[in-house]
Amino acid sequence: MSDAPITHSRPAHRPPTHRPVTTESPGFRYALIAVVVLFLAFLLFAPLVAVFAEALSKGAIEAVTSLANPEATSAIKLTLIVAAVAVPLNAVFGIAAAWLITKYDFRGKALLITLIDLPFSVSPVVAGLCLVLTFGANTAIGGWMVAQGYPIVFALPSIILASMFVTFPFVARELIPVMIEQGRAEEEAALTLGASGWRIFFTVTLPNIRWALLYGVLLCNARAMGEFGAVAVVSGKIRGQTATMPITIEMLYNEYLSVAAFSLAAVLALLALLTLTLKTLLEWRFADQLAAAHRP
Amino acid sequence: MQIEIDHISKEFGATAALHPVSLSIPSGALVALLGPSGSGKTTLLRILGGLEFPTAGRVLFDATDATNLTVQDRRAGFVFQSYALFRHMTVFENIAYGLRARPRAQRPAKAEIARRVTKLLELIQLPDIGARYPSQLSGGQRQRVALARALAIEPRMLLLDEPFGALDARVRKELRAGLREIHDTTGLTTIFVTHDQDEAMELADLVVVMSMGRIEQIGRPQDIRARPATAFVKEFLAV
Repeated sequence: MSDAPITHSRPAHRPPTHRPVTTESPGFRYALIAVVVLFLAFLLFAPLVAVFAEALSKGAIEAVTSLANPEATSAIKLTLIVAAVAVPLNAVFGIAAAWLITKYDFRGKALLITLIDLPFSVSPVVAGLCLVLTFGANTAIGGWMVAQGYPIVFALPSIILASMFVTFPFVARELIPVMIEQGRAEEEAALTLGASGWRIFFTVTLPNIRWALLYGVLLCNARAMGEFGAVAVVSGKIRGQTATMPITIEMLYNEYLSVAAFSLAAVLALLALLTLTLKTLLEWRFADQLAAAHRP
Repeated sequence: MQIEIDHISKEFGATAALHPVSLSIPSGALVALLGPSGSGKTTLLRILGGLEFPTAGRVLFDATDATNLTVQDRRAGFVFQSYALFRHMTVFENIAYGLRARPRAQRPAKAEIARRVTKLLELIQLPDIGARYPSQLSGGQRQRVALARALAIEPRMLLLDEPFGALDARVRKELRAGLREIHDTTGLTTIFVTHDQDEAMELADLVVVMSMGRIEQIGRPQDIRARPATAFVKEFLAV
C-alpha cells in the first residue's frame, strides 16, 4: 500500500462515474420500480394466482373432474371453434383493410377508418343486440336461414359473427401504423422489377408486416376467446350447445359451483398464457431478423 | 432506347404537377432532370417508369406508343431516392428479385441467376456483400446495390430519382464517376433527377432544367451555362 505511487491516491485520478444524463437518482429509480412491481402484483399477478388457487382448492382431481363434465368440454370446444374461424377471417379482413387504407387514396377513407374503430367504441352488448335485430328469426335473412335449417341467432353463426365484430379492429389497428411507416417504396420497387401484385404481396408486403400481424392476431385471438357481452346476447346461453367458456364460467359461478367455475377460468387463463408464451418464443427465435427489420 | 415525351401533363386533383411538356431523348444519352423541389421532375421520371400515368399526352419508346404500358412491361430500371431495398432480404436476394419474378418460361435457371448476380456485384465493385442485409450497408453501398438490382432485369432504360441525395459529398463524387462508368459500359439511356446543378452539369450529356411543372431549357451543360434561356435558369444557376 505504502509503495503505491502518490498520484494514484489522488481523488482527481479516480475513474469518473459514467452516469448518463437522462438517468434519475438511484432512490427515485427504485421507488419507480417498486410502484410498478406492486401495481402489477396486485392488479395482474394476484388475481391470476387466485384463479388457480380457487380451482385447486379441493385438490387437482376435483378440478380435472369438473373439466371432464360434458358442459365444460362442450364450452372449451365451442370457444376453440369460434376462435379458429373468427381469427383467420379477421386476419384476412384486417390485412385487406390496412392495405386499402395505407396503399391507396380514395374518397371515404376517413369514414372507413372510423368504421374500423367502431367496435372499440360500441358496447359489446349493443353490438350483440344489433346482430339479433339484423339476423334474428323475425327478420328476412334470419327467417329464411331458419327455414333452411340453419338458424343464425342462438346458434354457432351468431357467436362467430359477434366475436368477429368485437375483434375486428385488432389486426387492422396493429397493421396500419406499420404500413404507413414503411410506405409504398418497396412495393413500387418490386413493381418496376416486374413482379405481379400477388407476388409483391407475398414476397414484400407480408414479410414486412409479419410481426405486427402476429401481434394483431394474438390480441384478436385473446379477445375472441374471452368475449362475454356480445356472445351472451346472441348465443341464448344454451348449456352444452351455445355456451362458450366465459358464458359457462359465469353460469357455474352463479350456481355456486366455484371449483368448476374457476377450473374453467384457469383453462381460459392458460390459453391466454399459452399464446403469450408462443409470442415470446417466436420473438426469441427470430430476434436477429426482428432487429434487422427495425433498423432503417 | 430512344424516348419521346409528347405533350405530357399531370394533374393531382386540382393542382397541375406538369403542364404539357415535350422532350426527345436520344438513345444512349445520359440526361439530368434539374430543378428545385416541386418542379415536376420526379413526376416526369415516375411517368416514364410507369409508376404514374399522365393526365394527357403520350410517351413513345423507340417510336412505339408506351403510354399505357404497365410498369412490369416497361422494363425500366428504377433507382429510388431512399433506394427501397427489400429490408428482409439479403443483397443477393435483392438483386435476384427481378429475375426470380419473371414468368417461368423466361426465368433463368438457378445457377444462371447466381452467375448474373455475382457479375453485377462485381460491376458495382462490391463482390463480397451478397450475404449481408441492407441494414448492414453504408448509404453508398445501398445506392450501388439498388443500381445493381435495377440492372439485373436487363432494363431498356435506367431511371434514377435523386440517386446521390442522401450521401455525403465525398461518396457522392465517387458514385458519380461510378454511374458514368456503368452508363458507358451498358450504353443504356439513363435519366436521373437532381436538384444539384453541379451534379447535373458534371455528369449529364443533356440537361433539362425544370420549374413549376414546365421545362425551362434543354441543352448541353456548357450551352446552358453559356446561354441561359430564361430568367429562371439564369437565377437558378447563379445560386
